[in-house]
Amino acid sequence: MKNKMLKMLLISLLAISMFLVGCSDKSNSNAGDKEKPAEGGAPAKDTLVYGRGGDSASLDPITTTEGETFKVTINIFETLLNYGEQDTTIHPGLAEKWEVSDDGLTYTFNLRQGVKFHDGTDFNAEAVIFNFNRWMNGDAEKFPYYTMFGGFKKDEGHVIKEIKAIDDHTVQFTLKRPQAPFLKNLAMSMFGIASPAALEKYGDDFRKNPVGTGPFKFVEWKANDKIVIEKNTEYWDKSLPKLNKIIFRVIPENTARLNALANGEIDVMDGLNNSDEATVTANDKLQIIERPSMNVGYLGLTTTRKPFDNKLVRQAINHAIDKKTIIDAFYGGKALAAKNPMPPSIEGYNDAIQEYPYDLEKAKALLKEAGLEKGFEIDLWAMPVARPYMPEAQKVAEVIQESLSKINIKANIKSVDWPTYLDKATKGEFDMFMLGWTGDNGDPDNFLYTLLDKDSIGANNNAQYSNDELHDILIEAQTISDQEKRNELYKKAQEIIHEDAPWVPLVHSTPLLAAAKDVANYLPHPTGSEVLSKVEFKQ
Amino acid sequence: MLTYTVRRILSLIPVLIGMTLIVFAIIHAIPGNPAQVILGQRATKETIAALTKQLGLEQPWYIQYFDYISALLHGDLGISLRTRGPINQEVWPYLAATMELTVVAIIIAVIIGVNAGIISAWFSKSWFDYAAMVFALVGVSMPIFWLGLMGQWVFSIELGWLPTTGRENPRDPVTSITNIYLLDTLLQGRFDQFKIVFQHLILPSAALATIPMAIIARMTRATMLEVMRSDYVRTARAKGLRMFWVVYKHSLKNAIIPVLTVIGLQTGLLLGGAILTETIFGWPGIGRYLYDAINFRDYPVIQSGILIIAAIFVLINLIVDLLYVLIDPRIKFTK
Amino acid sequence: MAELAKNTADIQTTIPAEEKFIPPWKEAWRSFYKNRLAVIGLAIVIFFIIIAIIAPWIAPYGFKEQVMSERMQAPSSKHWFGTDDFGRDIFSRVLYGARISLWVGFFSVLGSVVVGTFLGIVAGYYGRWVDTIISRMFDIMLAFPSILLAIAVVAILGPSLQNALIAIAVINVPNFGRLVRSKVLSVKQEEYIMSARAIGMKDSRILFRHILPNSISPVIVQATLAIATAIIEAAALGFLGLGAQPPTPEWGKMLADSKNYITNAPWTLFFPGMAIMLTVLGFNLMGDGLRDVLDPKMKN
Repeated sequence: MKNKMLKMLLISLLAISMFLVGCSDKSNSNAGDKEKPAEGGAPAKDTLVYGRGGDSASLDPITTTEGETFKVTINIFETLLNYGEQDTTIHPGLAEKWEVSDDGLTYTFNLRQGVKFHDGTDFNAEAVIFNFNRWMNGDAEKFPYYTMFGGFKKDEGHVIKEIKAIDDHTVQFTLKRPQAPFLKNLAMSMFGIASPAALEKYGDDFRKNPVGTGPFKFVEWKANDKIVIEKNTEYWDKSLPKLNKIIFRVIPENTARLNALANGEIDVMDGLNNSDEATVTANDKLQIIERPSMNVGYLGLTTTRKPFDNKLVRQAINHAIDKKTIIDAFYGGKALAAKNPMPPSIEGYNDAIQEYPYDLEKAKALLKEAGLEKGFEIDLWAMPVARPYMPEAQKVAEVIQESLSKINIKANIKSVDWPTYLDKATKGEFDMFMLGWTGDNGDPDNFLYTLLDKDSIGANNNAQYSNDELHDILIEAQTISDQEKRNELYKKAQEIIHEDAPWVPLVHSTPLLAAAKDVANYLPHPTGSEVLSKVEFKQ
Repeated sequence: MLTYTVRRILSLIPVLIGMTLIVFAIIHAIPGNPAQVILGQRATKETIAALTKQLGLEQPWYIQYFDYISALLHGDLGISLRTRGPINQEVWPYLAATMELTVVAIIIAVIIGVNAGIISAWFSKSWFDYAAMVFALVGVSMPIFWLGLMGQWVFSIELGWLPTTGRENPRDPVTSITNIYLLDTLLQGRFDQFKIVFQHLILPSAALATIPMAIIARMTRATMLEVMRSDYVRTARAKGLRMFWVVYKHSLKNAIIPVLTVIGLQTGLLLGGAILTETIFGWPGIGRYLYDAINFRDYPVIQSGILIIAAIFVLINLIVDLLYVLIDPRIKFTK
Repeated sequence: MAELAKNTADIQTTIPAEEKFIPPWKEAWRSFYKNRLAVIGLAIVIFFIIIAIIAPWIAPYGFKEQVMSERMQAPSSKHWFGTDDFGRDIFSRVLYGARISLWVGFFSVLGSVVVGTFLGIVAGYYGRWVDTIISRMFDIMLAFPSILLAIAVVAILGPSLQNALIAIAVINVPNFGRLVRSKVLSVKQEEYIMSARAIGMKDSRILFRHILPNSISPVIVQATLAIATAIIEAAALGFLGLGAQPPTPEWGKMLADSKNYITNAPWTLFFPGMAIMLTVLGFNLMGDGLRDVLDPKMKN
């Protein structure tokens, strides 16, 4: 018995080895073909392979805050209003027209007619109401983004009083109090309208079986590997979408993703390292696509912790950081040095503010004034992950570390996993930390109030910065709808923030994408996710 | 044999219980709040507090442990915080991907390692012997993540022979049945896809195979040298090179024990090495699943992932132990 | 190779009878010296130790000296190994890196040896339930792939070089524990120990005078091989971002920091990796040689 078994083993080993040798020979001679771009077969290329760094957390966009989700769902779901193709102005979406009452409390939307969900059911006023009822009766765990409307039905701050259907294609929102960015909020892709029938059918599994009205239908999701969506042939705009199929593929490493692009394995990638820009430009089969900037990357100085409770020290740090070096080295020169907490593309940006110049002598003088001319030792926390506003936080931290050492501040770079990082930042447990923000809706409120108002301590005001004068200004700006007046208020707010210096605003980055040369009409959106309905391959 | 098997399996029970305890302790010792994980950057104080309560994270640890064990006994590995999917459904594709990678790596290691060992021993002190043994020495000293990167650089970037990452051609994805793609493509008769899948496997599995290959080669060579001192082989050798095949067959038989030993011992290294290899080659396997989970503080996934990997490790060692006895009953078992 | 020692550890070693007049260490050195590979290994190890010691004097630049105008330059006469993305001299960083890797390798293993030996002696000498508990604990720990356990430990303590060192020390404890335990068990059966106990010699005296010395050689062999593994593990943790933090020039961390430049600046990856491999090779060769000399039965 023993011999037989051994013989079998021997034979199978030999068989496998010959098989392997045979295969590797073949594969070597054929692998070179990979270099050739087109994969033959279909006459016109109509499948786009999109390489990105992470998988979606859910395909029901309202259930998550993760950006990777929205890149897919914005193609499946549509919102009542749309942003402009490459800005955050308001345009018709599922609502063709809308009216706002003079008191800013009543919004009436005329819905597009003849629109159907992917499951064949009709889109109408009831569907809109169904979706909003679902969200407002949930909680922050289920629908974290819904807090854009001031909380949930049970909460005091919730701004929506009532939603009712005037007729089958007219829906009316009544607010408790005016909310200046209300329309902009409605256009956020998380508030895509889902099929009520499918929501009822799938229940909790809707997150894996999304059904909307968008230009693409969901086909398949293989976790951490790929998501496939295909053309919605019943789409209300008959000329769209151009593509037949999109495959979103997960390739975590930025460089690996670029290699896959260069090998023709994918057509588009996001999250290109700035340092790789030259490689892409040098390759005549590839092109660079720039995403319009609507973000800020900053170095937070926790104002409740020593020595940053002293304004002089915070200003000194502002003088000690050489933003130009950082931008040249780790943004490939493609970023704007920041002087305000919000990007210049947003209305109300105060361009009159004078940036703290890079001046080590001035920094030393300020430290001396604060009684710290001998310097101090501090922890400098750097994000563990690449974010659009800061693809290489650890490296930027190393530059800052080196700069600070010149004014006798010894900074120890620390890091921890991303959720814990956010947790600690929220609680104000960091002395000095790198972080940033990408705008959700293009409103200044979404930067200044969200990131620096005292109400936001414990949420996103991670510098724990509190200033009552600023608070009054920001609250006033929330409730008035005259944009000119709001802009004035926000400009004043930026002055106060500049003087108090709770941050060192570092950069407004231009996130880069790379694509094969034949990809046309790819219009990246400043919010980080875009509809791909117009994308096509040109010959 | 039967008593031995039963005793060997029974002795696993305290190990398995201890493993769940350790895993549970690790998860609870890791700082960070799952509620924050779920809510992300847009979280508020109130929502975090409410969710912490809802997840039962405020209960004493022994109640949480008891809940965990009873769920585990029902085959429930919990729900991923990130995807909200049940882990026992989610984990299979990852596990299959890792299995494919490690099994191919072991096959490569065994075939090349055993043959190199035998030939080295046969031509002992020849240039081949020296070259192979230097190679083996360098091999065991190789940081596989570096080897993987260098392989990528040379074969994918410079030469363009092999794909850089992934498991398949994204334009022509494999329809998965078992999630072991080599098998799936064969089952569907898609030999073109099989080739592509195989090309994707070469670099990562070769990187993963290096260390076990080197160890197998050295062990086989050592075993063989002893075999060759036997009169039987001396006579055979004296009769010339034709006898090589006779000895070769005889040697293969003797190589089984060292190979088994290495497989048993190296599984842990392979599974651990898979984390590094999968990160570099974008291989959607259990190692990366786990590593991502650690980076996202997806506690239920970390917990189950570690447990699954450890359980596989224990299982393979059990099988190896049983095989020893089956192949060579002379091996006495102490416990 | 350190893994191999695990299963062979149970094999008993016999003490060579001292009939000749040559002192044993001289004999040992002679046979070690005859093993060419082992001598090469020793030479590599000594070479890196010397580098580690004199790094500050021979390194042409500081390990954190950033010169942004000289980023990512290819190897040249000015920068032998080229520069990284901060314009830092890679040659200098690799030299300084030797300090870190050797430090982590040596001290993590020292930690495992001390703790492992202690637990092994306690388990082996006192037996019964103490033995059961400790041995079971070792079994359980060995049931986890080591790098996984190290990652978990670092996840608990937070990523830093010190914590990586602790994690590596922790995961190696059972290897030494088992080894020493089995030595103790076999020595305990020796007649002279039995009689020592019978005449009422103190436990501590028996342990330190008789049992420990008998366990030293296999521990030394295993420790040498374990340093090799520890260096790789530290580099792996650094590579995953769980070990050394910037600007520490740890080799694994250098690889992680440069892996984005694999297309543009492969030299940033090549040299640190070579340094890891050579050091590990040195310890492996030396360990193999030592095993042949000190513990011939352990040879595979």
